[in-house]
Amino acid sequence: MKNLNYDNRKYILAGAVVLVLITYIIRLFNIQILDKDYKNLADSNAFYYKSLYPSRGLIYDRNGKLLVYNEPSYDITYIPREIRGIDTLELCRTLDITLDEFHSRIKRSKDRRLNPGYSTFTEQEFMTQLTNEEYARFQEKLFRFPGFYVRKRSVRQYTTSAAGVLLGDIGQVSQKEIDNDSYYSRGDYIGKQGLEAAYETSLRGEKGTEVLLRDAHGRIQGSYMEGKADTLAVRGKDLTLTLDIALQELGERLMQNKLGSIVAIEPSTGEVLCMVSAPSYDPALLTGRQRGKNHMELSRDLRKPLMNRAIMGKYPPGSTFKTSQALTFLEEGIITPETQFSCSNGFVFNNFKLGCHAHYSPIALKPAIATSCNAYFCWGLHRMFGASKYKGTKNAMNVWRDYMVSMGFGYPLGIDLPGESRGMIPNAEYYTKRYGNYWRAVTVISISIGQGEVTLTPLQMANLGATIANRGTYITPHVVKGIENDEIDSLYRTPKSTMAGKKAYEEVVKGMRYAVTSGTCRAANIPGLDVCGKTGTAENTKGQDHSAFMGFAPMKEPKIAVAVYVENGGFGARFGVPIGALIIEQYLNGKLSEESEAAAQKIQETVIDYGTAER
Amino acid sequence: MEQQKGNILGRIDWWAILLFLALAVMGWLSICGASYSYVETDYSEFLNPSVRTGKQAMWMGVSVAVGILLLCIKKHAFKNLSWIIYVGTLLLGIVTIFIAKDIKGSRSWISIGSFSLQPAEFMKFATALTLAAFIGSRDFSIKNSKDIMRCIGIIMLPMCIIIAQRETGSALVYLALFIVLYREGMTGIFLLMGISAIAYFVVGIKFGSDNFESLPIAIGPYAVTVLIQFFSIAMVKFWCKHDKTFFILLCANAGATLFAYWTAIYLIEFNIMAVQYLLLAFNVVYLLIRIRLNKEGKNLWVAIYIIGSLVFYQSCSYVMYNVLKPHQQVRIEVLLGLKDDLSGAGYNVHQSKIAIGSGGMFGKGFLNGTQTKLNYVPEQDTDFIFCTIGEEQGFAGSAVVLTVFALFILRLIALAERHNDKFGRAFGYSLAAIFFFHFAINIGMVLGITPVIGIPLPFFSYGGSSFLGFTILLFTFLRIDADRDPKKRV
Repeated sequence: MKNLNYDNRKYILAGAVVLVLITYIIRLFNIQILDKDYKNLADSNAFYYKSLYPSRGLIYDRNGKLLVYNEPSYDITYIPREIRGIDTLELCRTLDITLDEFHSRIKRSKDRRLNPGYSTFTEQEFMTQLTNEEYARFQEKLFRFPGFYVRKRSVRQYTTSAAGVLLGDIGQVSQKEIDNDSYYSRGDYIGKQGLEAAYETSLRGEKGTEVLLRDAHGRIQGSYMEGKADTLAVRGKDLTLTLDIALQELGERLMQNKLGSIVAIEPSTGEVLCMVSAPSYDPALLTGRQRGKNHMELSRDLRKPLMNRAIMGKYPPGSTFKTSQALTFLEEGIITPETQFSCSNGFVFNNFKLGCHAHYSPIALKPAIATSCNAYFCWGLHRMFGASKYKGTKNAMNVWRDYMVSMGFGYPLGIDLPGESRGMIPNAEYYTKRYGNYWRAVTVISISIGQGEVTLTPLQMANLGATIANRGTYITPHVVKGIENDEIDSLYRTPKSTMAGKKAYEEVVKGMRYAVTSGTCRAANIPGLDVCGKTGTAENTKGQDHSAFMGFAPMKEPKIAVAVYVENGGFGARFGVPIGALIIEQYLNGKLSEESEAAAQKIQETVIDYGTAER
Repeated sequence: MEQQKGNILGRIDWWAILLFLALAVMGWLSICGASYSYVETDYSEFLNPSVRTGKQAMWMGVSVAVGILLLCIKKHAFKNLSWIIYVGTLLLGIVTIFIAKDIKGSRSWISIGSFSLQPAEFMKFATALTLAAFIGSRDFSIKNSKDIMRCIGIIMLPMCIIIAQRETGSALVYLALFIVLYREGMTGIFLLMGISAIAYFVVGIKFGSDNFESLPIAIGPYAVTVLIQFFSIAMVKFWCKHDKTFFILLCANAGATLFAYWTAIYLIEFNIMAVQYLLLAFNVVYLLIRIRLNKEGKNLWVAIYIIGSLVFYQSCSYVMYNVLKPHQQVRIEVLLGLKDDLSGAGYNVHQSKIAIGSGGMFGKGFLNGTQTKLNYVPEQDTDFIFCTIGEEQGFAGSAVVLTVFALFILRLIALAERHNDKFGRAFGYSLAAIFFFHFAINIGMVLGITPVIGIPLPFFSYGGSSFLGFTILLFTFLRIDADRDPKKRV
């Protein structure tokens, strides 16, 4: 070894110190002088961006009647540093809160995880959405609570107590919603359900900002560049609904004390005239400070008032579905209007029997629809699935499935509301998975009478009515007719055709008209309105049969198609038909006759006992 | 040992004292900046012993008093007492594990009345002193592997105790003491191993799951094999000094690697990882053949290094994903830029960079920082104290602080170098190494360069034990330095 002392190593070690020093100084230079990002991030604390909240869009019904508007509400804020010697008890009494609640509110606003912008020098939220009266009470004594301030916001108000689940509600944004859309910041309001959620981007408008300067102590010193950097808030767009609020209110009235749904559609436009989901609730329950408590109660209600049954409820359509079968068989040439099938109190095949009520036999299509003969449609399906032109039951099944899908079943229709369900239309694969390869028409025969695996939403049933009214076309149902300075989606302006032709539809219309004049729907025979209809009585696992009605009026140039579904209401003629008739009468005549008003009152008061089970 | 004549005050190094005082004053002012929350309008409040700045000032006074007392103890007394101090502090450390209260998962604090002590801070002093005394003993030789093992034992024992106290960060500081062994003549191979281990880990984990753009081969392992080639061939050149072997290996490796790479990219896809492994195998075999043919004995170590490197890299991935706890994994991933977790583990570093970045050239002025004041930076007066300096004093002030700190460390190296016995020099280097490690890791962490290891910035971070511990280290060395014998050489 040349150098036993390793003296040169001191240069390596000192060099390492100098190297680290230089690296760190270069890094500092980068962060502090070259990179402006960090400065901007820090400036976001020096500048205080105060949000200017736009007023949310108003909502009108189809006749221009105001449904939803805004009213001022008041938030109470406080600046922690400025609170001096206040009488806490007095404050609690004025705001009607307990002392514990006061302390927990203060504690919550100090929690940096919930409120990252906490500073003892800036306004912190204390209590939100005070009503006018509460505000007035507080305002009187405000001078006694130095450090407390009032900030004006707005709250939704309603001119109607109907359509709660359809209109939806607004609430404070969740962290997830903030993460998904940078528009929102903590404390903002966002549509949570129904229309408020579906049309959030139109309704919310555009927030403005006022740029204020903060001193090193976090105190506001005034506006930046005399307000030149500020942007104004743009108010939200108003919506005009397709809803007729009078019809909606009548519908909700009729459905009181029952579970189920009513949907009415204007066939020529696809506009939803009413959409009742029972039980319903007053939309005003979900505004203001009581929202949390009321929302909790509604969501715990076993009858699920927060679920929009019109689009989320999946029900067996029962005999209303027979119309779609007639259309399919006619179009496919399986039957002609003259074809007759025998019915010996039901459909009997080998050892299998599906019952029917007493009527003459054999029977042709028109009276079969009018009397709702089960055997006729079972034979129809049997003949279709056995037809040689399809080369097998499975192919026939899939042709059948294609017809059903073309009529708007099996998939969500695409209404402009969140949470639409698709219902259920089985296909060949579904049954093969279930029964293996050896299933036949008779295995699945109940689908021809709207039972078995088939389920529809009330909206799909109403849309079936609209399609028949239009003789084979429909426009996707929707609840918003117009957006201020904007167009509705082209989906809601373009007609769709089903696979069945006009001729087939005319036959079915005749059958439905016959049902009203001398069949199961006689109660809907309102003079002068030419109602066409079809009842449904759907067996189900929850108790008594569901009572259903699907129809439209007038027969020529129809103005309204309607579907009524009353859970466990019994025969279709019991609730479905009279409710449907009242809805049609109200819409076409603009009012109910005295006689009908009495009938409506009676239906309204009729209670169906559902027990205590969850629905 | 010959005693120097004259007053102790004339013999101690006033430059070191001056730098120490400068650091201490700047440190205390930083704590004022970090803990000032607009509440006190009266600046005399800073000295109130019930607030953190007051407490720190009190500790600083105590530390300086202890320092002055230490100046009265003679050099050989330190050397003779070193083992007793070592055993004493280690025992205290072990006791701490059992009696300490659990504070955020660590068991390193002993509470005595109203204040608490961290024995780990004094173990650094004891370990440095004992290591220096051992190296300074008459029959010690750096070439004796038994002596090396003893040195490693002296260093590792307190490390284990501190790890048992769940203060992994503080334990890592002891690794810095290997610098002392290096200066005393331990082979540099260990340093190379350390550096290459870090390189394998960082490159291997960071690019572990990224593939080449046009090849289904992970970049991480490939880059690691290239690094192994580089380091091993460099060893042959600079350590073994076998030029011919070096030349052949260089040509074979560079040629084959590049050829395989180009072929795979431009001609036909194949597994170039296999080529890399074959090359490494070839290198090992070739080195072993050269041992037999040309008696190039050191080649054996290079061959072992190649195999060891591969084993190390494989175990790294295993440790990373199967041994480390999730929060430790996240810290490593954030550091390597694999995760951008601004609300979790990356939050502190991100906020500290914002605070420093907002300082600009000259800063916002003393007590005028907003980022640190609004409590955006956590631990702002302990581990992240440098944020306050960055924000309030700007680039100019921060650069001055860093420079003073570096000068302080360089002064310690210079003082250590002027010692003519191994004890003084080793103790001086222990100090320099400990301060350097704290400096490099703490500032690096705040600047987002090194991992977030919770160790304080000496003389700056709030904390009585750490200030006292560092002061004891410094003043002991100053006395040992004052007692050096300028004539004799080792």
